[in-house]
Amino acid sequence: MANRDFSTLVRSIDRPLLFAGGFIIAILIVGSIYTLSTDGTLTLLSPNYLILQLKVAAFLGIVACGMMLVVLLGHIDLSVPWTMAASAMLAAAWGGPWAMPMGLGVGLLIGVVNGLGVAFLRVPSMIFTLGVNVVLRGFMVMLTGGFSPSSQPTDLMLYLAKGDILGVPNPVLIWILVCIAVTFLLKRTPLGRYIYAIGNREAAVYLSGINTKLVLVASFALCSMLAALAGMLLAGYSSKAFQAMGDPYLLPAIAAVVIGGTNILGGSGKLSGTIVGTILIVLLQSVLSVMQMPEAGRQIIYGVVIIGMLLAYGRGARIRL
Amino acid sequence: MRDFRLRLSQNMGPLLALVLFLVLYIFYSSLHPRGFTSDLFVQNSNEALTLILLGMAQTLPVLLGGIDLSVGPLMTLVNSLASELVSGSAVQIIFGMIVCVAVGALGGFLNGLVVVYGRLQPIVVTLASGAVFSGIALFIRPTPGGKVDGDLNWVATNALAELPGTYGWWPNGIPAWFKAIEGIPMPIIILVAVVVLIWIPFRRSETGRACYAVGSNEAAAYMSGVKIERAKLAAYTLGGLFAGLAGLYFAIQTGSGNADPIQAGTYTLNSIAAVVIGGTSLFGGSGGVIGTIFGVAVLRSITFCFRVVDTDSAVGFLANPLLQPMFEGLILLLAVSIGAAGIFKMKNRLSMFR
Repeated sequence: MANRDFSTLVRSIDRPLLFAGGFIIAILIVGSIYTLSTDGTLTLLSPNYLILQLKVAAFLGIVACGMMLVVLLGHIDLSVPWTMAASAMLAAAWGGPWAMPMGLGVGLLIGVVNGLGVAFLRVPSMIFTLGVNVVLRGFMVMLTGGFSPSSQPTDLMLYLAKGDILGVPNPVLIWILVCIAVTFLLKRTPLGRYIYAIGNREAAVYLSGINTKLVLVASFALCSMLAALAGMLLAGYSSKAFQAMGDPYLLPAIAAVVIGGTNILGGSGKLSGTIVGTILIVLLQSVLSVMQMPEAGRQIIYGVVIIGMLLAYGRGARIRL
Repeated sequence: MRDFRLRLSQNMGPLLALVLFLVLYIFYSSLHPRGFTSDLFVQNSNEALTLILLGMAQTLPVLLGGIDLSVGPLMTLVNSLASELVSGSAVQIIFGMIVCVAVGALGGFLNGLVVVYGRLQPIVVTLASGAVFSGIALFIRPTPGGKVDGDLNWVATNALAELPGTYGWWPNGIPAWFKAIEGIPMPIIILVAVVVLIWIPFRRSETGRACYAVGSNEAAAYMSGVKIERAKLAAYTLGGLFAGLAGLYFAIQTGSGNADPIQAGTYTLNSIAAVVIGGTSLFGGSGGVIGTIFGVAVLRSITFCFRVVDTDSAVGFLANPLLQPMFEGLILLLAVSIGAAGIFKMKNRLSMFR
């Protein structure tokens, strides 16, 4: 009897969470064995280290939340890197109390352009957002003349990125708030239901009398605004906004979403998976660098882990009619 | 006549790219201070060949309805490998070149194995395998450098005329038939050889047709008895082989290896853009590498045009190097938006959901 209870419990947890969570524990154990054998400490299990990792993960986590909304539709947003950089650079250059709303506005604008291109022109999102990314890069190069802009993040950006409340860093709190908001959006609002439905079959949603174009535009806008938020936090965290600051976030964000069990073709996936996927990626990178793995080895392990995790639970159905 | 119309409508994308390329290139070479010369053509084809080969590599997965985000990293990997292997005696050089191309094909084959038997989406598989390829490239070549045979570099990046002199052919004088073709740039000859010896036989083979069938409708292809798995494996392997050729040529052209992951990413993105401009549908099933060649030619011609704009003329602001990245992006967006204009002619609005 107890056995059956246990197996239903295991089955009620979905496999991505189980595998990714198990892998996070495995990373911590392997890393701890390494630190124990080299300098006899358990650095990786100290609250300080773990909180720092959560803080680093928050930036990627916010981007991944936005990316997930778009991936659930069966689309993808490749303009994230320069959305982050452009909004952070413009906000830092603008300054004053309106810097952050302006940065979010930049994100909104970029997202609406992406959404219009995908929803109305029906250009595949991969190529349209790629083009927008190139245009944004060109635009920022034009504005800054190719040099690093001499801009200072505002006090609010610095506080949100570097401050903490009762020992919990502010970026982590913002990440938690974003996660709650996105969960509410996906689970409790019509928009969230439409997003899942469009990911499954857009034509059916259209025939049900829903304005699918509006849903597409709204999702792309939310994705870009979250990227803009992460960009401004990152600017506060590193005390400056710079070109290419968003480049290291695109592929990890997509990886976090798919490791978390979201179908890259859209239609299914949970936010909890994306959160665990984000933590997994950040922790993997961090522990490997603690273990003094060279960049080359980190890249290889990173790629193998993504493929391995997906082979464990992300396989598609066999085509048999 | 109907056959001609059908063929015309099927090849509209590549033809548009060709026309656009000719317009841009004629504009460019007429503005160029020295006009159109053999030297100019040699130089331009040099700058284009690496991306052309990489675009060809990208075309095959896209034909299947997939995408390959690992072509850039795979090219970088082969590029790094070539900077270690392609030097020394003639036998060593030839051996090194064969190993490089084989490694490219192997990389593509591994992608294919995971996509076909792992039943994962190509975009995530190649995202991950791209990281692996980048890592291996960094292992081989932690810092840029290395050495590639100088003679090979000279021959592969010049007009055909340099070939006999460099390797000491025909010491008693160059035959007349060779004189007639010696102005042709070597990159063009390499490209024609790749297309004639690899692409056309593949396109005409059963497997090549199967790739188009799988890209059009995988379920229908399966029901018709098409060997889906073999077609996909062949397409990814051939894509890898083209990426290997791109990496090898890049090494020969630059005379060194560079495992820069950022450069790899840029090349991947440009290859996707070239495929789309060349008229291959991202949904799969139509297009081909010929279109992609012109797609790259269009992309490169745009860059060339910016170089020759007169700074004092009305469009002089175009010559500002700081503006060029933005215009390249705008032109890409414009090209794909024009390509999507068919959406407004659709008779049934349901057919826009694919």
